[in-house]
Amino acid sequence: MTTTSHPKTPPEIGGIGHSIRRHEDARFIQGAGNYVDDIELKGMLHMAILRSPVAHAKILSIDTSEAEAMDGVVAVVTGELMAQHNLAWMPTLSGDTQAVLATDKVRFQGQEVAAVIATDSYIARDAVSMIFVDYEELPVITDPRQAMAEGAVVIRDDKEDQTDNLVYDWESGDKDLTDRAFAEADKVVSIETHYPRSHPSPLETCGAVADVDPITGQVTVYMTSQAPHAHRTVFALVTGLPEQNIRIISPDIGGGFGNKVPVYPGYVIATAASLLIGKPVKWVESRTENLISTGFARDYHMKGELALNSEGRILGLRSEIWSDQGAFFSDAQPTKFKAGLFHIVTGSYDYPAAHVIAHGAYTNKAPGGVAYRCSFRVTEASYLIERLVQNAAYEIGMDPAEFRSLNFIKPEQFPYHSPTGFVYDSGDYEAAMRKALGIAKYEELREEQKAAREEGRLIGLGLASFTEVVGAGGSDEYDILGLKMFDSAELRIHPTGKAILKLGVRSQGQGHETTFAQIVAEELGIPVGDIKVVEGDTDNTPYGLGTYASRSTPVAGAATAVISRMLREKARKIAAHLMEASPDDLEWEPGKFSVAGSPDKFVTIQDVAFAAYTNMPPDTEYGLEGVHYYDPPNMTYPFGTYVVVVEVDPETGVWNVDRMVAVDDCGVRINPMIVEGQIQGGLTEGFAAAAMQWITFDEDGNCIGSNFMDYLVPTAWETPRFELDETVTPSPHHPIGAKGVGESATVGSPAAYVNAVIDALAHLGVRNIDMPLLPDRVWSAIQDAKKG
Amino acid sequence: MQINITFNGTAQTSDVEPRQLLVDYIRGTGATGTHIGCDTTSCGACTVLVDGTPMKSCTMFAVQANGKSITTVEGLKQNGDLHQIQASFKEKHGLQCGFCTPGMMLTSAALLEENPDPSEDEIRWAISGNICRCTGYINIVKAVQHAGEQLRNS
Repeated sequence: MTTTSHPKTPPEIGGIGHSIRRHEDARFIQGAGNYVDDIELKGMLHMAILRSPVAHAKILSIDTSEAEAMDGVVAVVTGELMAQHNLAWMPTLSGDTQAVLATDKVRFQGQEVAAVIATDSYIARDAVSMIFVDYEELPVITDPRQAMAEGAVVIRDDKEDQTDNLVYDWESGDKDLTDRAFAEADKVVSIETHYPRSHPSPLETCGAVADVDPITGQVTVYMTSQAPHAHRTVFALVTGLPEQNIRIISPDIGGGFGNKVPVYPGYVIATAASLLIGKPVKWVESRTENLISTGFARDYHMKGELALNSEGRILGLRSEIWSDQGAFFSDAQPTKFKAGLFHIVTGSYDYPAAHVIAHGAYTNKAPGGVAYRCSFRVTEASYLIERLVQNAAYEIGMDPAEFRSLNFIKPEQFPYHSPTGFVYDSGDYEAAMRKALGIAKYEELREEQKAAREEGRLIGLGLASFTEVVGAGGSDEYDILGLKMFDSAELRIHPTGKAILKLGVRSQGQGHETTFAQIVAEELGIPVGDIKVVEGDTDNTPYGLGTYASRSTPVAGAATAVISRMLREKARKIAAHLMEASPDDLEWEPGKFSVAGSPDKFVTIQDVAFAAYTNMPPDTEYGLEGVHYYDPPNMTYPFGTYVVVVEVDPETGVWNVDRMVAVDDCGVRINPMIVEGQIQGGLTEGFAAAAMQWITFDEDGNCIGSNFMDYLVPTAWETPRFELDETVTPSPHHPIGAKGVGESATVGSPAAYVNAVIDALAHLGVRNIDMPLLPDRVWSAIQDAKKG
Repeated sequence: MQINITFNGTAQTSDVEPRQLLVDYIRGTGATGTHIGCDTTSCGACTVLVDGTPMKSCTMFAVQANGKSITTVEGLKQNGDLHQIQASFKEKHGLQCGFCTPGMMLTSAALLEENPDPSEDEIRWAISGNICRCTGYINIVKAVQHAGEQLRNS
């Protein structure tokens, strides 16, 4: 473990390492945030969408006449009308196509069938109920393996070359090497489990206000977008409108968690409607619409196997995945990686052989597969390996912590080349685990567990020592629809020494207005309060790929540090000019240059900023401004160990979290308060996945989990208390050594909670319960184990 | 229908459709700090104080507020100063995306009115009708404790 000596700046500058209170909070605590639904434009109309009640059907007819005749209804839009403008289908961020409004068939319950534009949102919703659609129902598929069975109905018959329901077959690693490792193994441990479908469900649903100026042709769309620049380009491609006339404004975003990465039909319909009618159109979905139609996450049927030798060393890993993609392949993930970054499944452990096969299939369920608070399927991967490792430890007869210790990648092995092609940048897994075990008093807990078992009480200790891969990513491997996954920062230092920083990413609650200002404060010594951060307006920020997959700090954070340093070098020349010294003779400390050896002879960064506009050296360009596009040389690899202690009630299957210890290593922490906030939120999401949160479908494709009474998100009452700590192992290639942290806890913690429950029942022979670990499932597992 | 309400301390008379939800009425006045998160009374983003009691305004008709006093987040400030609960939410990092924050603060402020020194369990129970998707609640609990402490000492 390396430690760094932040903060290096005094509190009045407030650089890296200070828990600066957030700049953005002033408006949020006064109800003055500006979310999409808060936008009111003159003459604005309201849109509501009619959605399919059935999961798979031919559309025989759509009768809009009664709706159109209602007072206040301005227009009813159907797929037929959209098709006349070549807008009935749109591309997805994964290179598939998705229906904007159905023309031929509906392929999932909740699919967009028609839209009403009216003078008032109540009238729009009334009119939706007056559109009559005749459906001829078709067989429904709700499972990816069922989708690939012989004779299964072909869901995407709209695609000429599609003869079955396969979306992709994808593999990673070395099959022969892995087969040899398994042939040589003394033991093989396997697990088969389903990571259930869940939904990010940010508290603000998705929506848009589209405002097309019929005279100038300017298209402004206020949109719940985590990736406004990429969305502008998609809009230009879909509509054929000139990109310079399209302005995407992503105002305050009420949580995203991956849900606001895709382009949704509602955005496109509202924009088309505004274009056709010549007035602004607002569309804001209901919670049910959000849950049944927008980007879900997970729904991964996973098999995993570990080959072990008799001493407990892992020799290899094999995994096969069936991914339920829903009716359209609308994951938002790097083009090259069809199963996202699932091949990080080898985890925190050192072994030479791994082979991963993934199959994606269409089903009659909502499309998506977004990265819900994770970097493209890293959550599923982390869950599988951490579950396997615990079962392997039981198989070998070792304590799960000691088994991990034996197999961890060692600090001196970094940069570590994983068998599936990642180059882990830095880590000290043993140190993070020892710290977590120490805080938990692991040895004592094991004793308590033993004693409790003798009294018939079921206590379990679960660990997860996860490694994430985040910060997509370098242009050699990472793109979305061909757009390389760099990101950008534009820094303008004004004559009075105040600054504005504009970014290609978009915060949805992560606190960018504060943390990115802290990076500038660190690098230039400008007080953090003097720096304004602007994001989310494509007319006023440099191009970037957006905020998801924990990429803001690794990519845009790096861009911010680099542009700050470039301006500091220019500032050095100006300072030398002002002090009539050589630039090489100047020393920098946060906020000022001084002449080496005469610390009282100095100029401040504010003096330099003023000179940049008033008194420049003769051969230097005026201004102190610049933009940098950062193409990351590698991904970053945050890690940590979580320890969960549970007690399971053997009579009911109810389990309670007694303790949750989380030691995270995300490299250098820019704002420790915000980092901890991110981890606390993620640990809650992980708990939700383990305990309660899932979306299922009945055999007819009806969505079970279409509101917050069926889809359970934790309240303060259920949420466990957390004990947080850290180790700090900087990323060697990131300019400030940071790795990203917004998703570590969602990625790492589900396995820790589940492992704890399994550990409580392990002596009975229980090795798996699928998430969520509802009491009836736990109770049944106990009963089945007792029956033997 | 005509309704008379006291909205953030100011008496106002309005004509409303009988079916208009209170939350839509409030937002229609331009006070958009009251949010809509779920439509099913589950999330609490639309919480306002009706005669001092936290109510979910997505599940009340505007006409039901006739003759009552409504306080929204815009009415929390007193004499131009932040209410202590607002200051404490910022101080303790009790918010991230800010969408649940107005409802969460109003519920918390009402709790502190009734119980100036709540235990952690009492706070968690009181805010259990308000969902936050970002924070995991730990810092919200700390913010309420901090506000209680400051108010007791003031």
